[in-house]
Amino acid sequence: MMRVAWLILRKDLTVEVRSREIAYTTLFFAVSCVLVFAFALVREGRAPEDGAAGILWIAVMFAGNLALGRTFERERQSETLRALLLGPAPRPAVYVGKLLGILALLFGAELVLVPLVALLFQARLLAHPFWLAGILATGTIGFAAVGTLFAAMLIRARSRDVLLPVLLYPVTVPVIIAGVRGTAALLQPELDGGIVRFWLALLVCFDVVFVTLALWTFEPVMTD
Amino acid sequence: MPRWFSPAAIACGVLFAASPFVIANAPFESDLGLVQKIFYYHMPSAWMFLIASMVCGVASVRFLATGNYRHDRTALAAGELIVLFGLLTLVTGPLWARRSWGTFWVWDARTTASLVSWMIACAYLILRRYGGPGSEKLAAGLALFGMANVPFIYISVNYWRTIHPPTSVVPTLPFSLGFPLWYCVIAFLLLFVLLLKLRVRVEEQQARVDALYLALDERS
Repeated sequence: MMRVAWLILRKDLTVEVRSREIAYTTLFFAVSCVLVFAFALVREGRAPEDGAAGILWIAVMFAGNLALGRTFERERQSETLRALLLGPAPRPAVYVGKLLGILALLFGAELVLVPLVALLFQARLLAHPFWLAGILATGTIGFAAVGTLFAAMLIRARSRDVLLPVLLYPVTVPVIIAGVRGTAALLQPELDGGIVRFWLALLVCFDVVFVTLALWTFEPVMTD
Repeated sequence: MPRWFSPAAIACGVLFAASPFVIANAPFESDLGLVQKIFYYHMPSAWMFLIASMVCGVASVRFLATGNYRHDRTALAAGELIVLFGLLTLVTGPLWARRSWGTFWVWDARTTASLVSWMIACAYLILRRYGGPGSEKLAAGLALFGMANVPFIYISVNYWRTIHPPTSVVPTLPFSLGFPLWYCVIAFLLLFVLLLKLRVRVEEQQARVDALYLALDERS
């Protein structure tokens, strides 16, 4: 199963490296989001307290939404998702492959977003890089695990572009709460390890539950 | 319709028509006064909101596992009732909170979880309405995720603080306050069962009509 997932990831990355379409559009969109928030919220060089945590996560969510939509739109245009599902591969492996592709894109976007938000909002985001990496990684996995499943199942639905955020945002609210609170805890002058560990543990539980559910649902949902 | 439907509908109508008198006769609660009476509609509708969510989630899981459309029709009917009773809960709750907490809305565990579940139910109905053919299965997947979500919201928001009164106050109520409450719970429960039955029935008839049209098309 891991081999199939790896092959799908490699295929997605090869397509992406050749066109760079999703990476560039997603990144540009996320950066413009952050800039809009900076124009709206930063007054005379002073940013609102804890604002950086929320804005970082909003940018990641918007970027994720765009990347999910485009990744599956590409598969739909040439009917390649059907080919993937017809192949002699277990369905959960197809899901894992797609999820890894989305994660690679989002992690790439975060590498640019974190320093940008830290700079524009004068936030001490990089003071605890390992904790931040842990919270960002677990939060992104939770968001992308639900998002990949929903984007895949919406591929056959009408008005899928509108429906994806409509379905995805309410369901991923706990990830965003935990991600924002965890990141905000890192911005405090005195780091409280207990609080950060609590949010990180919650995100890990969320990831486990939602990846398991998605693996189980992918098969019945993607069968006609 | 089953034979019990009409008598039950009449009973439900009588219960609701009499409920203002039952509630008006209950004694005044010393701290909150008249506003406390919202409670007699707020809590039963919140319970029906919860029951509808559970019915929708369980029916969706059974539909995904078996592919039987009977469960799908139940899930859809329950989904609409989540939105209905959720709206009642979310409107009556802030009215009471304004008096009791001094503000219409507080982001505590219970209010946040209710609001998010209600939004997921709305998303569920939007998907069913605009998703086109084949959206039943997608909606069932969404309902499953919506159900799994609630404990996480509870934990995450509870970690800040909570001021919503716990449900453990209900058994401790004196009879004079408890009677109107249970009276309203029975009225709301009856209403819930009747609406669910009615809505499932409409969906069944719709499926039958669709099947007939399909058969007619095949013959011609």
